[in-house]
Amino acid sequence: MLIDKMLRRIVPAISAATFIAIAAASTTAMAQEAQEQYFGIPSSRVGPYSAMGTGYYGGIIDYLNYVNMKGGVNGVKLTYDECETEYNAARTVECYQRLLNKGDQKMVVFDTLGTPGAYAVIGRMAQDHVVLAQYGYGRTDAADGRVWPWVFNAAGHYWGQIAVKMNYIAQKEGGVDKMKGKTIVHLHIDTAYGREPIPAMRQIAKEWDFKLIEIAVPPPGLEQQSQWLQIRREKADWVTFWGAGSGMNSTAITTAARVGFPREKMFYVTFGGAEEDMIPAGDAAKGTYVAANAAPGRDYPLIADILKVVYGAGKGNMQNPERVGTVYYNRGVGAAAMWIEALKNAQKIHNKVGKTVNGDEFRDGYEALDITDEKLKEIGILGMSAPFKMSCAKHDGSERFKMMQWDGKKFQILTDWVPAPDPAFIRKLIEDSAAKYAAENNITPRKCS
Amino acid sequence: MFYREAGQFRTSYAQDSQIFPLRQDRVGIIIMLIAAVMLPFVANSYWLSAILIPWLVLSLVALGQNILMGYAGQLSLGSAGFMAVGAFACYNLILRIDGIPFVVAVALSGVCAALVGIVFGLPSLRIRGLYLAVATLASQFFIVWALDKFGWFKNYDPAGVITAQPIVMFGHNFATPREKYWVVLAIVAVLALLAKNMARGSIGRGWMAVRDMDVAAEVMGFSLLRTKLQAFAISSFYCGVGGALFAFAYLQTVEPSAFGIDLSFRILFMVIIGGLGTIMGSFLGAGFILLMPIFLNIFFHTVFGKSVDATITSALEQVIFGVMIIMFLIFEPLGLARLWQLTKERLRLWPFKH
Amino acid sequence: MLDFWFFLEVLVGGLLSGTMYALVALGFVLIYKASSVFNFAQGAMVFFAVLSFVGFMELGLPFWAALPVTVGLMILVGMGTERFVLRPLVNQSEDTLLMATIGLAFVIEGVAQLAWGVDVRRLDLGIRDEPINWVMDKTGMLVSQLDVTAAAVAGIMVAALALLFSHTKVGRGLRAVADDHAAALSIGIPLKHIWMLVWATAGVVALVAGMLWGARSGVQFALVWVALKALPVLIIGGFTSVPGVILAGLIVGAVEKLGEVFIGPFFGGGIEGWAPYMLAVLFLLIRPEGLFGEKIIRRV
Repeated sequence: MLIDKMLRRIVPAISAATFIAIAAASTTAMAQEAQEQYFGIPSSRVGPYSAMGTGYYGGIIDYLNYVNMKGGVNGVKLTYDECETEYNAARTVECYQRLLNKGDQKMVVFDTLGTPGAYAVIGRMAQDHVVLAQYGYGRTDAADGRVWPWVFNAAGHYWGQIAVKMNYIAQKEGGVDKMKGKTIVHLHIDTAYGREPIPAMRQIAKEWDFKLIEIAVPPPGLEQQSQWLQIRREKADWVTFWGAGSGMNSTAITTAARVGFPREKMFYVTFGGAEEDMIPAGDAAKGTYVAANAAPGRDYPLIADILKVVYGAGKGNMQNPERVGTVYYNRGVGAAAMWIEALKNAQKIHNKVGKTVNGDEFRDGYEALDITDEKLKEIGILGMSAPFKMSCAKHDGSERFKMMQWDGKKFQILTDWVPAPDPAFIRKLIEDSAAKYAAENNITPRKCS
Repeated sequence: MFYREAGQFRTSYAQDSQIFPLRQDRVGIIIMLIAAVMLPFVANSYWLSAILIPWLVLSLVALGQNILMGYAGQLSLGSAGFMAVGAFACYNLILRIDGIPFVVAVALSGVCAALVGIVFGLPSLRIRGLYLAVATLASQFFIVWALDKFGWFKNYDPAGVITAQPIVMFGHNFATPREKYWVVLAIVAVLALLAKNMARGSIGRGWMAVRDMDVAAEVMGFSLLRTKLQAFAISSFYCGVGGALFAFAYLQTVEPSAFGIDLSFRILFMVIIGGLGTIMGSFLGAGFILLMPIFLNIFFHTVFGKSVDATITSALEQVIFGVMIIMFLIFEPLGLARLWQLTKERLRLWPFKH
Repeated sequence: MLDFWFFLEVLVGGLLSGTMYALVALGFVLIYKASSVFNFAQGAMVFFAVLSFVGFMELGLPFWAALPVTVGLMILVGMGTERFVLRPLVNQSEDTLLMATIGLAFVIEGVAQLAWGVDVRRLDLGIRDEPINWVMDKTGMLVSQLDVTAAAVAGIMVAALALLFSHTKVGRGLRAVADDHAAALSIGIPLKHIWMLVWATAGVVALVAGMLWGARSGVQFALVWVALKALPVLIIGGFTSVPGVILAGLIVGAVEKLGEVFIGPFFGGGIEGWAPYMLAVLFLLIRPEGLFGEKIIRRV
C-alpha cells in the first residue's frame, strides 16, 4: 500500500528530525536577556496526582506572572521553564537536570511537591547549590539547617503537623487529661511518607497515655474495606488519615461511611485535605477535619488581585479558573510568595538590588526569611499562610496549622493558627534524626551562631 | 557496499566462533565503545546524569529481562522487584562491610538478587505464559512491601529511605557525573558482552530450546529445572546489578516504592519494543521508552513555549507516545533491533539496490 | 478472641469487594477469549468510559441520555481499536499484541485527559454507599447498598455473557475465533465483526465497572489501577472463563480481607497488596490453568 510505504519512510524521518531538533534546542544556549531571574518548575500535570500538580504549580506560575505584571522584583523580571515529572522520581531527576541550567543562569530553587521526588534530588541539590524548598512535605529532619543547609520547609513538616492535630483533638475532647484511654488510629498509606509521623505520634501517645493503632493501606488504596472494619472493631475515637492521591483519600471517606464511622472523627493530612479529595466522596465527606498550611479562599487580597490582574488579562494558568482559591492553588501561591520574598532578601543582603542572584545568594535570602503578620499583609496573604522566621539552624516554618472542616461544599475554617503542644520536643526529634543522618553519611554539621 | 561480507573467510574453528565474525561489526563495536568512552568530553552534565546514565542502567535491566523473556521464553513482570533487591543489598553491603570495593558490592548484590530470583522462579516449573507473568507480580509486590516494612533493610532511617554511599573503588571516590558514567559504562559493557556470549553458547541454546518447546527440550536432555532457574538467576543478577547502579549512580536517595510496578512494566515495554531475544534491542528499547517521553516533553516546550496550556501538551505527549508505540509495532513487530538489522542489510546493497 | 459476627462481616465484605474485582476482570476475559490479547488497556478503558460518562452529564445530558451516548462512544472505541490496532497486527505474536494494547493505554489515557481535563469529579448513581439499615438491625453487620448492587450487576453480567458465549450463534463464532483465527476465517466467520463486537462489549463492561468504582472512589486517573486488582482474579479464574471470574473474584476478595484483618497485624499490615498474588501462585501450582481455564494440551 502506498500510504503504508510513505508512513514507513515518514515515521523514522520524523523521529530523527525531532531528535535532532531537540538535541539542538537543548544544547544551544539561549540568548539571555539581562536581569531575568530564572525559575525551574517540575510540574506533574497528568496521571494520578494531576489534581494536585495542576493546582499547585498553576498557583506558582500565576504568582510569577503576577509579579512580572506588577513590574518584577525591583525591576528584575521572572522567567520560568516547565518540565513534566508525572510524579515519578526518575523523571523528577531528569527534570531537575534539564531545568538546572538555562543559558548562563542556574536555577536557584526547586520544589517537587512530593516526598519521592524530593528524595531523588535532595543529594544533588546540595552539590549544585540549589535550594530545595519543600513546602509542607518531604524530609522532616531536614528542618535542621546545620545538617541540611540547602533544604527548607516553610510550611510546616509532618511531625509538627501531627503534634498540632493531637493538640486539637485533645482540645475537642476537653483537655489532655481526657485523652487517657482513648483509641486513635493512624491510618496511612503503606509507604515511607505514610509512616513519617509515627515516631512523633508514638511519643505523644506514651505521654498522654492513649492507645495508638497503626493500620496500613497498600497503595493505590482504592479498596479499604478491611482497614475500616478493623477500625470499627477497635472502636476508634479518632482516625488520623495519611493518604496520597485523591483516589485513596476519597475512598477512605466513602469506606468510613460504609462502616458507619463518623467523619467528624476523621483528621486528614495536608496532602489529602483539598477540595479534590473531598468532592469525589460527595455528601459522605461532610464533617471531615483537615489541617491546612495554606488556607483556601478567594478573599485574600493577593488571590483576588491575581484573579483581577492575571486572569483579567487572560493570562491565567489554570485550565479551570474556578479552581483559583482552592487549597492546592493557594498553597502554590504561598510557596511562590516565599520564593519571591527570599529573592528580595537575597538582593538586599548581597547588594544586588535590581540584579539577578545565584543559588548561594538565594539560599541566604531564604534563610533570612522573617515572615511577620505585617509582611503577610503587605503580600496580601494575611491569614492564608502562617507567620514564621527561619534561622541558620531552624529551617522549618511556623509549625502551626489551621483546622478546617468540610461542609459538603467547601472548607469552613474553624481556628486560627494552632501551635504544636510542645515544639521543643518535636525539635529534639528532628535534631536527633538529623544527627544520625549526619553521622551515617559523614557530614559535619555546620556551625550556627 | 559498506557492509559486505565478501572476502572475509573463516579458516579456523576459533574464527568461526568469534563473537563478531564480521570485520565491520568488530570495527563498529570498537568505534562505538571508543565513542561511548569519549562521550563525557563532549556531553554536558545534563546529558550524562539525566540521559546517558539512566539509559545505560535501564538497558542493563532490560537485558536481564530479555534473557528471561526473549531467550528463555519465561514471561516475567517482576524485574523492578529484583532491582530493588540489588539496590538495597548494595546499600547494606557497603554499610555493613568496611571498605568493600564498589564493584564487589555490586556483584554481590547481583548475587543476592539472583538468589531471590531463583526462589520466585520456582513457579515457572509449573506455570507458563501470561499466568507466569501475573504470578511473578507476586514477587514484585512482596519484595517492595518487605523492603518497605522492615526497617533493618534501610538501617532504620526514620524517613524510610536509603542514601546511597559514595562510589569508592581503589581508594578513589567516583563523584562527578563523568566518573559515574564511566563506572556504569564499564559494568554495562562487560555484562552486555557476557550476555552476548552466553546467548550464543550452550547456555543460550538451552534457553532457546526451552523457549521454543519445553517438552521437546526436556526430551532432548535439557533439564527444565536447571535451565529455567538458571535463566531466572542470571536475569535477576542483571536486574540486581542494574538496580544497584540505578540507586548509586542515578537516584542516590531511594525509597522502596521507587521500584514500583510502573518500572517493571516499563522494562517490559523496553524489551518488547526493542526486540525479544536480541542484545541490541535491549539498548534500543530502553532508549525509546525512557527517552521518547522526555524528548516529546522538551519538544513541546520548545515549540509551543508557554502559548499552549502545559496540561494539554502533557496529555498530548502521552497520546503521541502511545501512537508511536502502535505504529512501530505495526510496521516493525519484531522491534527496533529488527529495524537495525534491516538497515545493515540495506547498507550491504547500497547504493546498488537491484 | 475471634468474634464470629466480626469474622462473618469481614468475610461478607470481602466477598462483595470480590465481585467488584470480578467486574473489572470480566473485561480482560472477554478480550482474551476472543483474540488471545491480554488487554493492558482495560484499566485505561475503565477510566475513559466513566470519565466520558460524567463528562457528558456535565455537558447537560441527563443520566438516561448520557448512558447510551457513552455506550456508543465505547463501541466507537472498540471499532477504532479493531480497525487501527488489531487488524494491522493480525497474526502477530501475543507479546506484540500485548505491547500494542500498552500503546493503546497511553493513547486512551492521554485522550481522556485531553478531552475532559484533569479535574477530579464525583459520580452520584443515587445508590447510597452506606450500610443497609435492616441488615444492620437484624445481624449487626454493615453491608453497603452499593456493594450489593455491584454484586447483583456483576452476577447479571456474568450470567448474560456466559449465556451469550454458550447459546448464541455469535457466541459460537467467538469461541471458534478464540480457538483458531485462521480456521475460523476459513469457514466464513467474520473475524472483523467478532473482534469489533468483543471490544465494544469490553468497553461497555469497562463503563459499568467504572461507574461502580467511580461512585465509590471518585472519577479520576487512579481508576486505571483497578486493573491491578483484577489480575489475581484472572489467573485464579482462568483467562478464558467467564464464570470463573466471578468465583475467583469471591475467593480473592474473601482471602484478601480475612488475611489483612486477621493475619496482617502480625506483619504491620498492608499485606493486601501482595496476598492475592501469593494466593494465585499457590493456586496455580496446583492447577496451572486456573479454575475453569481450558486445559492446556501440549504435543511435541
